[in-house]
Amino acid sequence: MNMIAPRRSRLVLVGNGMAGVRALEEILSRAPHEFAITVFGAEPHGNYNRIMLSPVLAGEKTFEAITTHPGSWYKENGIELIAGEPVAGIDREAKTVTGEFGTTRPYDVLLLATGSNPVIIPLPGHKLPGVIGFRDIADVETMLAASKSGTRAVVIGGGLLGLEAANGLARNGMDTTVLHIMPTLMERQLDPVSAGLLKADLGNRGIKVITEANTKIILGEDRVEGVQLAGGTHLPASIVVMAAGIRPNIALAKEAGLTCGRGIQVDDAMVTSDPAIYAVGECVEHRGALFGLVAPLYEMAKIVADRITKTADSDYIPAVTGTRLKVTGIDMFSAGDFMGDENTDDVVFRDAARGIHKKLVIRDDKLIGAVLYGEARDSAWYFDMIRNGTDISALRDTLVFGPSAGNSGEAAGVESLPDTAEICGCNGVSKGTILAAIGKHKLTTADQVRSRTKASASCGSCTCQVESLLALALGGDYDATPKVKPVCKCTAAGHDAVRAAILDRRLKTIPAVMDAMGWTASDGCASCRPALNYYLLCAWPGEYVDDSRSRFVNERMHANIQKDGTYSVVPRMWGGVTSSAELRAIADVVDKHQIPTVKVTGGQRIDLLGVRKEQLPDVWRDLNAAGMVSGHAYGKALRTVKTCVGSEWCRFGTQDSTAMGVALERMTWGSWTPHKTKMAVSGCPRNCAEATIKDFGVIATDAGWDLYVAGNGGIEVRVTDLLAKVTTKDEVLEYAAAFMQLYREEAWYLDRTAPWVERVGIDYVRTRLSDAGGRKLLQARFMDSQRFAQDDPWADRAAGADAHEFSTLASVE
Amino acid sequence: MDSHISVWTDVGHLNDIPRLGSRVVTTPAIDIALFRTADDRVFALHDMCPHKAGKLSQGIIHGESVTCPLHNWVIGLPDGKAKEPEEGCARTVPVRLENGRILLAVGGA
Ligand code: SRM
Ligand SMILES: Cc1cc2nc3c(=O)[nH]c(=O)nc-3n(C[C@H](O)[C@H](O)[C@H](O)COP(=O)(O)OP(=O)(O)OC[C@H]3O[C@@H](n4cnc5c(N)ncnc54)[C@H](O)[C@@H]3O)c2cc1C
Ligand code: SF4
Ligand code: FES
Repeated sequence: MNMIAPRRSRLVLVGNGMAGVRALEEILSRAPHEFAITVFGAEPHGNYNRIMLSPVLAGEKTFEAITTHPGSWYKENGIELIAGEPVAGIDREAKTVTGEFGTTRPYDVLLLATGSNPVIIPLPGHKLPGVIGFRDIADVETMLAASKSGTRAVVIGGGLLGLEAANGLARNGMDTTVLHIMPTLMERQLDPVSAGLLKADLGNRGIKVITEANTKIILGEDRVEGVQLAGGTHLPASIVVMAAGIRPNIALAKEAGLTCGRGIQVDDAMVTSDPAIYAVGECVEHRGALFGLVAPLYEMAKIVADRITKTADSDYIPAVTGTRLKVTGIDMFSAGDFMGDENTDDVVFRDAARGIHKKLVIRDDKLIGAVLYGEARDSAWYFDMIRNGTDISALRDTLVFGPSAGNSGEAAGVESLPDTAEICGCNGVSKGTILAAIGKHKLTTADQVRSRTKASASCGSCTCQVESLLALALGGDYDATPKVKPVCKCTAAGHDAVRAAILDRRLKTIPAVMDAMGWTASDGCASCRPALNYYLLCAWPGEYVDDSRSRFVNERMHANIQKDGTYSVVPRMWGGVTSSAELRAIADVVDKHQIPTVKVTGGQRIDLLGVRKEQLPDVWRDLNAAGMVSGHAYGKALRTVKTCVGSEWCRFGTQDSTAMGVALERMTWGSWTPHKTKMAVSGCPRNCAEATIKDFGVIATDAGWDLYVAGNGGIEVRVTDLLAKVTTKDEVLEYAAAFMQLYREEAWYLDRTAPWVERVGIDYVRTRLSDAGGRKLLQARFMDSQRFAQDDPWADRAAGADAHEFSTLASVE
Repeated sequence: MDSHISVWTDVGHLNDIPRLGSRVVTTPAIDIALFRTADDRVFALHDMCPHKAGKLSQGIIHGESVTCPLHNWVIGLPDGKAKEPEEGCARTVPVRLENGRILLAVGGA
């Protein structure tokens, strides 16, 4: 007889964010098999590094790069993830939680980590579309979309979050104004002098700041059109970001009858007023204090893990935190009591010409606060003194010059820090811990240090110091240059960097990109020019003028060159369906132009081979006259959509695969892609259209349609991965458009979908496309670019375009 | 010495060739590809790649080179030489510009 294993305790986490998931990691490291874990998350994907939303908005990072826990992480750890369903109620009697869509799970231990919500000031007009907070990836996508259609943005609130939002919007080309109600920016982190320097630095980046601004009304009819200030000033805006603070998200806890103040009240063991329920993160109130940075939350995660797994009776003790602004090029740090009072002394250093201001606040021979602006490389050194209450009387004269003062010439650096000095403030990782990990595990890259110790895994501002520690530990063996694959030998820049620069710096011609990125050869080469031409076309649809001189011959001639210099012509046959009229027209064209070979292709259409260059426009004109257009058999573009007969005729077919294929081809034809793109639709799982080796494959089932991506034939055959299961035709089209656009926007030129997906991971693609909001935005961008792409290139040329391509310059006898 | 005598023949205007583009002049014996660089210099080569006779006129032009459309050999425009590591040479044809007219050394007299 089978033994029945003792039932595992059931742990439910509500809130799939930074604090909650960190707590799970801590729990798993202490007791990997003790709990059956379920996670409810309101957001429709795995956990990501929320801090890094600012660099995503600024175009410096992708969402994929900041995803810390993809779906596979939950799977590997045996955790049930219910993403996209917020918990609506807790029944403390029955010990169950129930989600908005009715999913119910019992718990023995419940952990709340619901974070906080942006404060939306209830001004008139605050509910208009286009008024948003800055909290999650959906907000970032809204801002990015706004920057594509509108030109002006207003950010209400000049704190950390507001300024990072403003910087991101400005980097996306928006004319951005920050409205701040106080007289100086970031008054909770900066003294007035450094706040003034910051304002000037932002001004240099084109960000306007209005302080003492009292916003009265948000204007607009159907969506936001601007804001009006108390003085009557009117600022037009197509998007208004409210960054006026955050408020713990306590609705669920309150409703369940847990004791709440401004946050969910917890004791030093992170237990709420119900002993079976714990809480961590920004949703809690601990000894009257609220939280807004990750460092204390990660500390809480350790305590709650100790307590839940009963491994230690540790208590949460609040500690000083430090802040940095994540705006590339602005170096600042602030910690502790940086304003001081009548019992403190200030030590101030200023170098106005270099825009540097440092202020140290000292009480009883101890450093209690610091603001460093313009140069913050010694922040770890000062922060260590603040946290440890070091006696600084002996150092006082030179303290403001940093650790290297006195031994001038020596570079100030990590070597002068004590082993206890905290390098990574977010994750509380000290210099000693990092050096020990480098030694013990033979680490050689910053990435390895990150995955071992978590140092630099959150806000990333200590990456430089981690690299210095590697250099210190490994000496000459450390090579900090990141291993990116350059676009070609004309540049050191990688594909992602080039694509980001095109968008960020609004580069709109090939020479502009080459100039901006320091190309070594003035007109590039046959590798980079086609890549840049594609990247520009993708970035600026309808605006960029295609450079035919940067196209490979087939795309320039709109036909495939053959080994003898003649061309082949493949007209589109929508979904592989043709008619007697089309076949008759093709036969006539073959006879009239004496085309030597006619062949049925592997892509379910007909190839006319051996057409001479000068014959092409005439052949096309005749095909056009019979209603046929280019099949793009020559392009890094949408090629064929193969179909099987499907439910119309086939005795096994479950859906009309032929009609679906035709619809897909009608939607996607004409679009240029990083490499060729092929689709197929099969009417049942027998899969006669070979949909599982296509870039986008669709297989009909009784219930609807299974969508597959990233397959190909060729030398290295790759079978597709399942992307999603959907029920309606519209959903198939929506996913197809969104997938195409994600591929178009993010893959490197000449990567088919298979190598691209292998590189970024199928989970990344699933995450991006499972989010309905994000998917619709991608679809919208795809459809927008199709408005400019669905012109038959053959018709243009049959009508006389690019005539010089098809005729000789002269004949000499 | 080559006994064949060529003359300068006016085959067209500089503007008939797009920048970084190419046009072909046919002769009874061979096709000649004319290339225009970014800085408006013109070069002429037999329109036959030394590799497998690809039409160089259909390649991508960059700097003083053209990349063959068939297998990506890179051929120098001034001397017709294939760049390392390939070996081979396309025949050059003398060409000059006079007041925007392109004069090519073809045809017998
Ligand atoms: C004409 C056709 C063969 C035929 O007679 O059936 C064909 C012909 C060529 N294929 Fe193909 N492929 C043709 C269907 C396929 C298929 C079958 C399919 O689409 O279902 C495949 C396997 C599926 C796939 O793509 O994954 C296929 C996999 C390839 C590959 C390998 C791709 C890969 O990712 O590994 C190449 C090489 C490349 O693209 O770099 C290739 C490249 C080529 C090129 C473009 C080679 C070249 O650069 O000249 C050939 C162009 C000939 C011409 O001038 O027309 N062809 N080729 C087929 C045209 C289909 C069409 O209607 O557009
Ligand atoms: C743009 C930005 C920049 C930042 N920069 C920094 C920085 O530089 N340094 C720093 O230390 N901190 C920074 N922060 C703050 C930091 O991100 C937060 O302190 C941290 O994310 C809080 O973690 P949390 O788990 O408490 O909340 P969250 O990470 O917000 O997680 C809470 C999760 O719970 C979900 N949820 C809420 N209610 C429910 C429900 N009923 N059911 C299911 N799920 C629910 C939410 O959708 C959310 O996903 C930044 C924040 C933002 C937005
Ligand atoms: S096997 Fe399935 S998909 Fe293929 S033709 Fe038959 S029914 Fe249609
Ligand atoms: S024919 Fe020119 S490279 Fe092969």
